[in-house]
Parts: sequence; structure tokens; C-alpha cells
Amino acid sequence: MRSARALTLLAGFLVLGLVPVVAALANQPFYLDLFRRIMIFAIAAVSLDLILGFGGMVSFGHAAYLGIGAYAVAIPAFYGIHSGLVQWPLALALSGLAALAIGAVSLRTSGVSFIMITLAFAQMLYYLGISINAWGADDGMRLARRSQFGGVVDLANAYVFYYVVFGVLVALLWLGHRLIHARFGVVIRAAKSNEPRMRAIGFATFRYKLAAFVIAGAGGGLAGALLTNQTEYLTPSYMHWTRSGDIMVMVILGGMGTLYGPVLGAVAFLLLEDILSAWTVHWQVVLGPLLVLVVLYARRGLYGLLPGAGARDG
Amino acid sequence: MNWLLVVEQCLNGLQFGVMLFLMAAGLTLVFGIMNLVNLAHGSLYMVGAYLATAAFNRTGSFLAAVAFALAATLAIGMLVEVIALRTLYERDHLDQVLATFGLILFFNEAVAIVWGRAALFTAVPRALSGHLQVLPGIPYPAYRAVIILVGLAVALLLYVVVSRTRLGMLIRAGASNRTMVGALGVNIRLLYTVVFGFGAALAALGGAMAGPIYSVLPGMGEEILIQVFVVIVIGGIGSIRGALVGAVVVGMVDTLGRAFLKPMLSTVLGPSAADNAGPALASMLIYILMAAVLFFRPQGLFPAVRS
Amino acid sequence: MAEPLLAVRGLTKRFGGLVATDRVDLEVADGETLAVIGPNGAGKTTLIGQLSGDLVPDAGTIRFAGEDVTALPAPTRSQRGLARSFQITSIFPEFTALDNVALAVQAHAGHSFRFWTPARAERALREPARATLEQVGLGARAAVAAGTLAHGEQRQLEIAMALATRPRLLLLDEPVAGMGADESQRMVQLLRALRGHHTIVLVEHDMDVVFALADRISVMVYGRVIASGAPEAIRANAEVRRAYLGEEIPA
Repeated sequence: MRSARALTLLAGFLVLGLVPVVAALANQPFYLDLFRRIMIFAIAAVSLDLILGFGGMVSFGHAAYLGIGAYAVAIPAFYGIHSGLVQWPLALALSGLAALAIGAVSLRTSGVSFIMITLAFAQMLYYLGISINAWGADDGMRLARRSQFGGVVDLANAYVFYYVVFGVLVALLWLGHRLIHARFGVVIRAAKSNEPRMRAIGFATFRYKLAAFVIAGAGGGLAGALLTNQTEYLTPSYMHWTRSGDIMVMVILGGMGTLYGPVLGAVAFLLLEDILSAWTVHWQVVLGPLLVLVVLYARRGLYGLLPGAGARDG
Repeated sequence: MNWLLVVEQCLNGLQFGVMLFLMAAGLTLVFGIMNLVNLAHGSLYMVGAYLATAAFNRTGSFLAAVAFALAATLAIGMLVEVIALRTLYERDHLDQVLATFGLILFFNEAVAIVWGRAALFTAVPRALSGHLQVLPGIPYPAYRAVIILVGLAVALLLYVVVSRTRLGMLIRAGASNRTMVGALGVNIRLLYTVVFGFGAALAALGGAMAGPIYSVLPGMGEEILIQVFVVIVIGGIGSIRGALVGAVVVGMVDTLGRAFLKPMLSTVLGPSAADNAGPALASMLIYILMAAVLFFRPQGLFPAVRS
Repeated sequence: MAEPLLAVRGLTKRFGGLVATDRVDLEVADGETLAVIGPNGAGKTTLIGQLSGDLVPDAGTIRFAGEDVTALPAPTRSQRGLARSFQITSIFPEFTALDNVALAVQAHAGHSFRFWTPARAERALREPARATLEQVGLGARAAVAAGTLAHGEQRQLEIAMALATRPRLLLLDEPVAGMGADESQRMVQLLRALRGHHTIVLVEHDMDVVFALADRISVMVYGRVIASGAPEAIRANAEVRRAYLGEEIPA
């Protein structure tokens, strides 16, 4: 059964890897764009799942880090600094720092308070974004050019950019795979399972949860850096709370607490959005009730439907 | 500083706080009793605002419009409870958040289908369009004064209902001991539906009164909902008293911050820096307040006693 | 005599108007097994909670191994050598039995900010964990998900997790709670094997278990320790009989 799942996963990666080839042959560059966008949100969803699915921290503010990553690319670009070697590390560092501050306050609580507080802080950053006139306020600003990597990697080339995003996603999944089975991952998974027990056997769980929160935030920041490059535009709406909700839905739809589930969730959610929105501008009136039905009746997520996906680990 | 302005802004803060309270009371009641996190509470506020505005524009009677919006939203709330939310009481908070997120998408889009995406406007009812002399020489818009009075009356009414009536007794008992209430022969399902509808009506009251002074548009519910979360986190989840105190504090801080932070900063930083920093800082003020309260009291100011 | 391993002075905890523990004094010498008995609601679990650091006392001090630990949180106390079991089984149900115990070993084997090596491949964690599982008689069940173990086995796993932290003092909160006669018998044998090697504070309802294991007994009623002494003395103590034993075991 494990090998059946491994084959399915391999096939999945193959499909993602071959999208540019198919798009080129069919002369449909639109698909390149769509799947690049899907993978960028998959990166955000995988990083959220680290705390949501594995760590049991229901953070409703993941879009905040997406936004910070986006600003960390767009603001330097606005002042003429286009090097990705500056922008991308900045995106990781700033979103990680923001997660450190937000996590330090919100992890003092749990349950509903935690949900509300993470949501509130993300919205605070959104309001901050729309009130800074120098950086475009609620109109946002255009990105003059995509991140530069000294001419070695040219993101202006749609295919190159696609495989960069693909590479980031694969690398993130590989890192995630190592992390959740290493000591650190065992600690956050066990803290989700039974935190009082963890404290009783001697783990000061707060610092591990906070570290996981920071890692997830940095992952969201990286996705945000990719997202502004994708759209070549910065808007504070990247931080809007509905975006946090979308990313959360991707995680649950795909299967929380699994490594590859969020990727599936991102594919399903954004394809669904694409199909529904082509059908009617009021696609959310369909998506909303659909979401309610998924929560009520299909709790395990798409990953659970894959052949050989009985085991809970990724 | 101009004292007239200070008094007026304090009253505005109180008026905003009262609106927040109408939302927070329903939300915290539903959470305290049914253990349900209802993100779609903001949608009920929005529905109330749309229904009242549309009815007022059609009939010309503000009172009738508000009454209609209250009754209709009460019915919609109870319907939503029966169809979708009832099964969520025993689920974890994540499920509740996701399902009610789905409801928000639905409601926002549904009002956009019926009334369009542009903001709906309506005038203040003519009888209340004037000013009252709240203090000698200090006029204040009559409509906003009425909002304050209505909000305070609701707070008083809630206090009486929860602490003095049989329904209130059941509500308090239901929060602390579900099986006990069930054993008393009370139809607990019906009780929950009634409480939910009650919360929906409070939200609708807020929305209906908001119509003439704020813009009525899709997504307006979430704008206020997130501020209501701040209120509840500060006040303590599940506590009506906490909701009242939190709402007034948040309403005041937000309003006074937006009114006075920029002029105050400009005396320190100079006008151009204040132009940039003032609005940014003002929009963050209540969240900073929330962080500060949480730092000292993670349970909020008035933590509800839960077993 | 040297300072006792555990010395509790004036420990008081109130919940609203209820005084759950009322100026409790206790001393436990190194290597000793102290049983705390008392009727339901006497404050025994509240006492354990304060000793382990899960509850903050309103007044009083707890000295452990010559150090005032009253203000230390639970994880720090565990690092100092205090281990507890829970009255209501508290394990990691989705993890295997071996994983459960390996976690307890991991907590005391350096920090866990390690992101690369699989924890299951760390022999320094797995081998002590396996040995501890053997010790409590769960060696054959190592690979079973803890949540699917029988109730008695889960209680044994509780003990294994406490032991795997290499504690100086074991706080056992009703280790035979909810067990059948056979399971209970096995648990008593296990605990008897620990006596002398470990210092134990045992909270228990079952008088057979208490008299089989305790070197000394303290009796709590309404939050107070009304008597402390050797098992025979406690059995003979008139006040204890009136307050508690009389109803539980016919003389």
C-alpha cells in the first residue's frame, strides 16, 4: 500500500513538472500561469499545515506573512533594489520576525482566543498596509521588474519562473518531510496530541510551538515573495482576512496533518475557483455552501482518498 | 485642544462602542452557551443593515424598517442554525470556523447578487436629523445619541433577561451544564435555536442602525466582526459584562485615536511625518491594546467561569 | 537526618470559596514510599497538581532536593527529577507505545531543536525507551498505537513514561484507577518492584494497594492532613477510622 501511494505522489509531481511542456505544446500559456499560482499557494498552505495540521495551532492569519513577503519584494524594488538575493532573504526574515512577535502574544492563549487573535493581528497588518500612502496605500503598487538573480536565473522567462517555483515547492516538501519526523516535528505533533502530558514529561512546549509558528510564517513570507513576482503587483489585499481563510480551506480540503494534502488542496481549490468563476461572477455563492458541505461530510480531505493513503504521516 | 471636539469624539467613541457591544453580546452568548465560534455573525449584521436600508428606502418609515430587519434576520438566523450550525456544536473550533467562513462567502455574494457590489446609502430618518444639546453649548447629532441610548437599553435588558428570567436561568445553566438542563425536560435544541436567533437579532439591530451612518456594502460585517473579536478577547470570552466593557474601551480608543493621534503626533514629529504615521498608528491602536491586555491577562479582563 | 527529598510546608490552594488543600505539611525521605489517602474531594489530586507544577499554590512552599521549586513550572520540575502519572490516563494515543516512552526519554536528552535526523532513528532515544517498556511489561506491545492498548496497558504505559524521565521522585495519582482485579494485581507487583529504588508519593483509593506498598501513610480530609504515620499506626488511629477508614474497610 505504501508503494501505491509513493507511485501516486510521483505521478503527481510528474504532472506538475510537465505542465510547461503541455502548455507549450497546446499553445496555452494560461496554464503555466495558473499552475504557477497554484504552486505558490501550495507553498503557503504547506507552511500553514506545519502549525495547523501537525501542531494543532489554528492560525487564521497566515495571509499576513504572505503580505509581508510581498512587501519585502515590492518595497526594495520601489527604491531600485531588484536583487532577489536581497529581497527573498528579507521576505523570510521579516515574515519570520512578524510571526515571532505575533506568536509570542497569541500562543499565550489557546482555542478560540488563539483563532481570534491571529485573525485580528493579520487584519491589523492589512489596515497598516492600506494606510501607508508612500507604498501605494490600498491601491498597491506595480512591481517594475521581477526579482533579479544576476542574470543567472531570469524570472521574466515564464518557464524559468515556473521551474523556480516548482523547485521551491519540492524543496519545502523535502524539508518538511525531514522536519516532521525529526525531534522537533515529534515534539510539535505530540504537543498537539496532549500538551499537558508533554509538560509533565519535561518539555517546555511554548518555545517549540513558537519556533514552529516562526518557521510557518517564514514559509508564508516566501510564498508572498513569489506571489508579487507572479502578479508583478503588490496589493495589501494579499493580507486580507479572506485570503487567510482561503489558505486554511486549501489545507483542510487537501487533508490537514499530511505533508502533501495541502498541495492537493491548493490544486483543487484554485481549479475550482477557476472553473466556477468562468461560469458565473457570483461563484462564491456556490463555493460557500460547498465548503459547509465539505466540513460537514468530507472531513478527511482529498489526501485520504488517494490509494494507499491510510497512514496519517506524510 | 477644542473641548467641544473632545466631548463630541468621546460621544462618537461611545456610540461606536455601543454598536460593537450589540455584536459582541450575541457572539459571546452563542460561544458561551453553545461553544460555537460563529464567524458568520458579521453576515447577520450585514443582512440586518441591507434589509433595514432597503425597507426604509421603500416605506419611508425607519421604525417599521428596523422592526422588519430584526424579525427577518431573526428568522434567517434560526434557519441557518437549524440547517447548518446545529451539527457543528459538537465539532472542534476549526470545523466551526471553516463552515461559518463558507457561510460568509455565501452571504456576501448573495447580497451582491440582490443589491449589487456598490455601497447602498440612506439618509438619517428626518425626525432624528437634528441635534441635541447634550451639554449647554454642545450640540450632538440626535441620531447618534439615539444609538447610544438604544445600546445602553439593550445592555440593561440583557442584564435583566440573563439574571432575572427563566430563559436567563436556562441560558446560565445551559452554559455550565448541558445534561442537567436536558434532564430538567427543557428542549435544549429549541433553546439553542432561540438563543441563536436572539443573537442574530441583536446583530441585525446593530446593522439596521448602522445603515444611515456607515456605508452598507458586501463585506461590511467582517470589517466590524474582527473589531468585535478584539472586544471579546479584551473583555474575556463568554462574558456579557466583559463584552460591554471591552466594547466601550475599544470604541473609545479607536475613535479618539483616529481623531487626535495625528494632531498630537504633528506637535512632536512635525506635520509631514504625522501625516504618514498618524493614520497608520491609529488603525493599529486597538490591536496594540489587545496585545497589551493579553500580555498581562491572557484570559481577558472578565474571564467567564467555565468548568 | 539529612534534609528530606521532598518537604512541603503550609501548602494552600483555594478554588473560589473551597479550600482544596489547607496548610498541608508533608515530608518524604529519599527512597521512601508515602501514600496519601482520603475520601473523594479531600484534595489529593489538587495536592499532586501543586507538587507537579500544574497548579500554582495560593500559599506555602515546596522544597525538592534542597531547592525551593514552588515557583517553577511543570517542565522545569520534570527536569529537576519530579515525574507524575495522571489519574485519568494521559498518553499520546496516535503514537506507538514505544514512541510514547521515547518522547519521555527525548525530553531529558538535550534540546529538541533538531530538524533533520529522524527521531525514530536515534538509538539513544529508542533503546532506553524499549528497556523501560520491558520493565513495565509492555515489551511485546511496543509497536501498537497507544490509543488501542487495553486500559490496564495504558496505565502501565503511564508508569513507563514517568520512569523514562529517570525521576528522583514519582508522583502516582491513583495508578490502579478503573482496573480489574488481575490488572490491579499486576500493577501492584510492578510498583512493588520500584519500591526502594524510587521515592514515591502515591495517591490511592484502594486500601489493599496502599497497605501493600506504603512505608508511611498520610490521611487527608477536607484539604487537611489529619494524620501521618506508619501503616499500622494509621490503621489503629481512631480519628482516621472515624473520618475515613471505618466506611471503607470493615475492621
